Amino acid sequence: MKHQFAMRVGPVGFRIGSAWRAPVEQLAALYAGYPGADVPDFTVRLGPPSPLRRWLRPAVALAGDFTLPDTAPLPLAHALLAAEMGMNLQVALGHRRHLLLHAAAVERGGRAIVMTGESGAGKSTLATLLGARGWRFMGDEFVLLDPATGMIHAFPRLVSLKNRAIAAVAAALPDARFGPLLTGTPKGDIRHLVPDARAVAAMDDPAMPALLLFPRFGEAAAVRAVAAGEAFVRLTQASTNYVALGERGFDTLTRFARDVPKVAVDYPDGEAAIAQVEALWAAL
Amino acid sequence: MSDGATRFSAPPEGYRIVALDELSAVYHRASGITHVVASPAPEILDALSGPAMSAEALLMVMTIRYDLADADPAALAARLDELVAAGLVVATP
Repeated sequence: MKHQFAMRVGPVGFRIGSAWRAPVEQLAALYAGYPGADVPDFTVRLGPPSPLRRWLRPAVALAGDFTLPDTAPLPLAHALLAAEMGMNLQVALGHRRHLLLHAAAVERGGRAIVMTGESGAGKSTLATLLGARGWRFMGDEFVLLDPATGMIHAFPRLVSLKNRAIAAVAAALPDARFGPLLTGTPKGDIRHLVPDARAVAAMDDPAMPALLLFPRFGEAAAVRAVAAGEAFVRLTQASTNYVALGERGFDTLTRFARDVPKVAVDYPDGEAAIAQVEALWAAL
Repeated sequence: MSDGATRFSAPPEGYRIVALDELSAVYHRASGITHVVASPAPEILDALSGPAMSAEALLMVMTIRYDLADADPAALAARLDELVAAGLVVATP
């Protein structure tokens, strides 16, 4: 394609091709601190759904190594969102080296907290806020669980903040770098946050998972232990490639669900959540 | 199922099982499907890991090995049927 950009996020190399210059320039600016990708694992292509739509009401259709049928094109102003969605899709459907969990993670002293939950549970916000309190941010979309070692690998892509989280994180991280505010997307308002320099510099350092959290935002503060069986079932639902990995996935996930302490955390706001998480961590 | 002639077995090489607190996860190698099961399914699989046996013999083994005071043949047959349907237990007429 006419405009191209390549970079590596954790162990995954991407090449983004675009029919327009602007999306590639936006990506290059936001991913400026990331290493390049000599041999990308995945390609994402941003192009018009028809030749006319390159100029007339320009819209971005996603293409790449893996695609989903019937994906509606996004307006060109939301090309950054399309690129991020495309990158996530390639990893979700194509990555086989690790067991993928739809989760966020932070690390301290070589040990990590993995947070998983439905969209809106607040795992992106929580991981970002913890990142501002001395934890190393490892990612907010995918946690990559290594079948050989049981360690997790970071995937610190841009943090996709939605709706109310945008202002909350901007207030907590006044010096952080943000992408443009994308209003009226299919997911509401979205603004991308660039992970801090430490998260990017250390993204090749794996960590041993020490705590698995199931956070839930908007509830009165509560903490309850989660049994291994329940955690296992919820984790199979949070994994995009559990079935594809076969017995390797089974061994990896049962070990994780059995050996790591598991806690469901309800929290009313970010400050309360951080206090709960720090208390759980201190009690390990 | 318990017609007396049918023999049941669950060769251990056909699956992997991991205890997860009160549940167990079972990976069936032939299908690649994971089953999450509760007691007495793991005990049935364990009891059938050796030579094939009838449902009546299985009930006896379960009663002795797991100290089941009020073993219910109908309930056991239902669990056995589920394991056969999942492919984890092989039924030989």
